[in-house]
Amino acid sequence: MSKPRVAIFDFAGCEGDQLQIVNLEEVVLDVLGQVEIVTWREAMKEQSDHYDIALVEGSITRKSDEERIKAIREKAGILVAIGACATIGGINCMKNFQDEKFVRRYVYGDKAHWYNTYAARPVSAVVPVDANVHGCPINREEFVQVLKALLQGKKPFIPNYPVCVDCKKAGNVCVLLKGQFCMGPVTRAGCGACCITEGAYCWGCRGLVDDPNMDAARELLGRFGISAGEALGQIRLYDGYREEAR
Amino acid sequence: MSKSAKRELHIRVDHLTRVEGHGNIVVNVSNGKIEDCRWEVVEAPRFFEAMVRGRKWYEMHHITCRICGICSIGHTLASLQATEAALGIEVSEQTVLLRKLALHAENLQSHILHVGYLVLPDLMGVGSVVPLAGSHPAELKTVIRIHRLSNEFSDTICGRTTHPQRLVPGGFVKYPKVDELKKLRQGLTEALSDLKEVARLVCSLAERFPAFSRETEYIALKSNQEYAMYHGQVGSSDGGTWAPGQYKEVTNEFCVPHSTAKYTKHNRDSYMVGALARFNLNSDRLTPEARAVAGLFKLKPVCYNSFMNNVAQIVECVHSVEDSINIIDRALGRGLALEDIPPIKVCAGRGVSAVEVPRGILFHDYQYDDAGTCIGANLIIPTNQNHNNIYHDLQALLPSLLGKPEKEIELGLEMLVRAYDPCISCSAHYLKVKFKK
Repeated sequence: MSKPRVAIFDFAGCEGDQLQIVNLEEVVLDVLGQVEIVTWREAMKEQSDHYDIALVEGSITRKSDEERIKAIREKAGILVAIGACATIGGINCMKNFQDEKFVRRYVYGDKAHWYNTYAARPVSAVVPVDANVHGCPINREEFVQVLKALLQGKKPFIPNYPVCVDCKKAGNVCVLLKGQFCMGPVTRAGCGACCITEGAYCWGCRGLVDDPNMDAARELLGRFGISAGEALGQIRLYDGYREEAR
Repeated sequence: MSKSAKRELHIRVDHLTRVEGHGNIVVNVSNGKIEDCRWEVVEAPRFFEAMVRGRKWYEMHHITCRICGICSIGHTLASLQATEAALGIEVSEQTVLLRKLALHAENLQSHILHVGYLVLPDLMGVGSVVPLAGSHPAELKTVIRIHRLSNEFSDTICGRTTHPQRLVPGGFVKYPKVDELKKLRQGLTEALSDLKEVARLVCSLAERFPAFSRETEYIALKSNQEYAMYHGQVGSSDGGTWAPGQYKEVTNEFCVPHSTAKYTKHNRDSYMVGALARFNLNSDRLTPEARAVAGLFKLKPVCYNSFMNNVAQIVECVHSVEDSINIIDRALGRGLALEDIPPIKVCAGRGVSAVEVPRGILFHDYQYDDAGTCIGANLIIPTNQNHNNIYHDLQALLPSLLGKPEKEIELGLEMLVRAYDPCISCSAHYLKVKFKK
């Protein structure tokens, strides 16, 4: 049996997620033993149009990108979105809340008419996505787990409970109790609460859990003096494409 | 009449490989005359300068570091310095030491990734690093060892390698432990001999770099204390220094119809930033081992061969490792304190920073209102500053390649662009222009 062929593509993003794949170092060589990477512009010259699994990083931000992602979807048996820009729209969606003409003029002045852009969106807003590796950046171990599951024909396990669960497991003191803001109560776990563990708070990069209990979250944050407006601003940092944030 | 005099040539390299982001090389030669030789940037624009408007001072570093996955630490540090300048936040000596370590960690990581994974395949005549696992396993393992150490280095100081969590305005929210720093010091010492091995390997292949030379201006930070990375004055190889706040006098960004990126220029048609620019301005402040590696390659300032940027990166890897060992000794000698973030008084103000990140000098310029909300931002990215220089280099290199087979011309042009280690995702502002066919 021939090895599954994997292709890696990127759209609007920082390529930090592909870097996490590189950062697997020797593990990459193991992974390479199980699959054949046939397209990866950032790392290799060779390219191929025949692949089984497509890994896609970045948001879709131009009408012209749709053609490319649709062509990738057509060729790939399995399409995996990697990183917040691809899975939920990510940081790029912040521009969706400003007047588009203003945004272009602000950055380019009188040359604004020279290029096109539209509201940034996740890959799933344009084509169906089979699996997500969430996070900004993705977690290397989680990436390997998802890939392994897909290679075995299983459905990868993506948590649907809040970061608070990971945070308790990590033994952290709740940052809300320290008087800080935190998106943990409504954000999808799976990161091990890494930002809180490193002294920061949760910024919400993995997006909200499915059907988040917004009323409970509002009440909880309200108890710590955080307004609904502030919370909305935080959701718009990464998850601005979703209905609740618009 | 020579063969190249009648040459018809149409080269189009779409989405150049082994660089960060999307760029195309376009060459049209008709009747031996170069009609067109372009470097297009087709990365999707992301509008960071507009996006950060309306966000708070404590979010700015978190957002702007998402400009680039490879140089996220550099963007974080530039952002923190701009915010601290705007709000008048003073940081401690220990914070500066740890931040300098963070910058060295990223410099090492980014350079070894570029030289080991992206440039070496060209020198070895293969398409990627993958075949090297079979043909040069020992050398590849050495590169991987250095790369892994550089990531552990970032993890130890910043919390993680990409989009660090511990660095905030005013200082650090979590500190490395003393024994972690000692272990890191040990790893860095071992990395020195690994790096010399990589240097010898590249040196044995150095004749693959074309003997190219084009006089240009080099812009980099300068300091009387050290090989300037974290702070200093903006300096030019044509003479003169400027405070970071005067950056616009140096960068002079402008748009041109045949380019997909904003260009910059200062004294000449274009200028170059990055490892070679820093070497050309500051080589006398390199650490001893780094100077020895420069000597191995016979690299001397001012070097006008852009291909030698790859070599300057190797020299800087050694410098970063050696200087980091010295900084760790100083930090441990002082005694590592778990300092609190100083009280921050939010006020209106403007702050500009200039930081040397792997690909060159980076400017962040912010304006805040009295609630600490960002009301204006300008970001000037190293790769943007290099595009104009890449364009002029391509024009200068192409005539010398015209007699060669098409594949060789293509590779020469690709290697030139790749030598700059362009990081096109950092597209704070790019344009997509339609060209007449």
